Amino acid sequence: MTPNEKAMKDNQEVTGRRSHETMVSLTWRRFRRHPGAMAGAIVLILVALAISLAHLSPYDPEVSDIKNRYQPPSLEHPFGTDGLGRDLMTRVLYGGRVSMSVGLMVMTITLIIGIPVGALAGYYGGWIDNVLMRIIDATLALPSLMVLILLGAILREANLPFVKSNNVLTIAAVLGLLAWPTTARLVRAVFLTVREMEYVEAARALGASAMRIIRSEILPNSLGPIIVESTLEIGYAIMEESGLSFLGFGIMPPTPTWGNMLNSAQEHLVEYPWLAIFPGLMIFLVIISINYIGDGLRDALDPYKVLAKFEP
Amino acid sequence: MSWSDNLTNNRVKPLLDVRALKTYFFTEDGVVKAVDGVDLCVRPGEILGLVGESGCGKSATALSIMRLIRKPGRIMQGEIIFGSQDLRSLSEAEMQDLRGNRISMIFQQPQSSLNPVLTVGDQLAEVFEIHTEIEKKEAWEKSVELLRMVGIPDPEQRIHAYPHEMSGGQAQRVMIAMALALETDLLIADEPTTALDVTIQAQILDLIRNLRSQMDTAVILITHDLGVVAETADRVAVMYAGQIIEQATVTRLFEKPLHPYTLGLIQSIPVLGETKERLEVIEGTVPDLIDLPQGCRFAPRCRVRVERNLSICDEREPDLKPVQPGHEVRCWLYQHS
Repeated sequence: MTPNEKAMKDNQEVTGRRSHETMVSLTWRRFRRHPGAMAGAIVLILVALAISLAHLSPYDPEVSDIKNRYQPPSLEHPFGTDGLGRDLMTRVLYGGRVSMSVGLMVMTITLIIGIPVGALAGYYGGWIDNVLMRIIDATLALPSLMVLILLGAILREANLPFVKSNNVLTIAAVLGLLAWPTTARLVRAVFLTVREMEYVEAARALGASAMRIIRSEILPNSLGPIIVESTLEIGYAIMEESGLSFLGFGIMPPTPTWGNMLNSAQEHLVEYPWLAIFPGLMIFLVIISINYIGDGLRDALDPYKVLAKFEP
Repeated sequence: MSWSDNLTNNRVKPLLDVRALKTYFFTEDGVVKAVDGVDLCVRPGEILGLVGESGCGKSATALSIMRLIRKPGRIMQGEIIFGSQDLRSLSEAEMQDLRGNRISMIFQQPQSSLNPVLTVGDQLAEVFEIHTEIEKKEAWEKSVELLRMVGIPDPEQRIHAYPHEMSGGQAQRVMIAMALALETDLLIADEPTTALDVTIQAQILDLIRNLRSQMDTAVILITHDLGVVAETADRVAVMYAGQIIEQATVTRLFEKPLHPYTLGLIQSIPVLGETKERLEVIEGTVPDLIDLPQGCRFAPRCRVRVERNLSICDEREPDLKPVQPGHEVRCWLYQHS
């Protein structure tokens, strides 16, 4: 073994890191060691798979079939039927599409707005930070439920053609606009710490501009908490959309969402419990999987808890 | 003209000429006068050792030259003439052009100075990306050569390594490679070997000396270790409480140190093989940079002042004056008031 090879092998034993292993493969290896996270990942993948195959169902989620209403679960209707005779399983799967897409859209919006805002505030500090933080604080101070209900109502009344046809997008946009400040705050906090690291100073000493430093030095080293937070954000968004729809302010029937299905299930909860059990179970499974995955990611990305204080 | 010619030629125009530099830090507890009137001069190809205790302002001086001082610090006054330009008059964009290009700086902890999520090759290539237009492939090839130049074995392999896969010594070599990737005129090395063990220290200092000879790069070698200075530097400037208190060639400084502080420093070095009951120390501590004494800053600790009962030391601050060509001291013992 050359001295070089020996040095690398010694280093491997100390850091547990195989030579030339990229951060990605290292993170994946650590993630795999978490049974909860792996279980969550498997469940989520299965759910996602089922949801994507929703269109294979022989039933239409929105067409009524009154003579078949309130059927308990059976071979033909594994989840039973609802008050209008529609197959519940199909509706639940289509509802999953709505929930998941809202979740992903909200996450995307929070990242697109939150990362640049947090990065600028965290990197430059000074008046930029002050202004941005006040905006963030103001938005966070709003009572979110009230605002969501209000905004939802306004947008619907405003009769924008965009809104009418794309209910899901509206809700996602509104949820996203209320959620980005949390991400921005997190990004800012992480940036404040990473900014003081010596390699940032060293990069500056080599002539790197502010943009380059943010891009190459700070951002890649801040991804840990950001990824964890975004994952959990999907969960929150799904819960909020469900909550809103449950209250009757979110996405309206006949478009199925788990939330509005829970709403309609309220009336006959005791007689026809399956109407609530299945949508509720789906929400539960998805959220808990996301949370376990978030936990696993948290440990996989930051095993030495360097940036742990910023974790949501 | 090679670097060795420059050393003996007193009429060579200095590469770096720092005049009356003052950098203050405005903190909640008061104004810290980290650099309080520093005059420094580095000739092309020369290795200047900047020596002093922790907190005397050496790093602050280096950062001021690089214009990397940030709030709450500010360069208050002075000229930093590099080549023919006053660095203080340049815009940030112009400074970014110079940094890593004609002036570079390396820091004390080599492994912390490298980005942990990028390979060594990525980081080296980035220097080329920032300052040149060359293609990525060519940048990587040059990087392999740079690694070879700084003595990293098996550079084609090591270039794909991450910083944590390298030892301290190797990481510092990589930093040096990054600093000297382009035609650097001046390398500022801030305690480059302090975090390394002694054998590696010797190798790194050797490397710096060799690179200086090869590339005619001037070096400001900041350290608190007089041994490092004795071995590597051509000229030495001794700093105390934000000021240069003595400046001379290395031979001259060790042969005939003039300032009591310098003398104290040299005497306090334990000599291998010597038996002593107690180590020599300089009594007292460095002054608070917020609340500096009125006269000479070293006066409260100066034995000679006590021995000779000098009162002027407490009253007025001496200037840095030449006692012989090339040997300057800031001390009333060698000046008349």
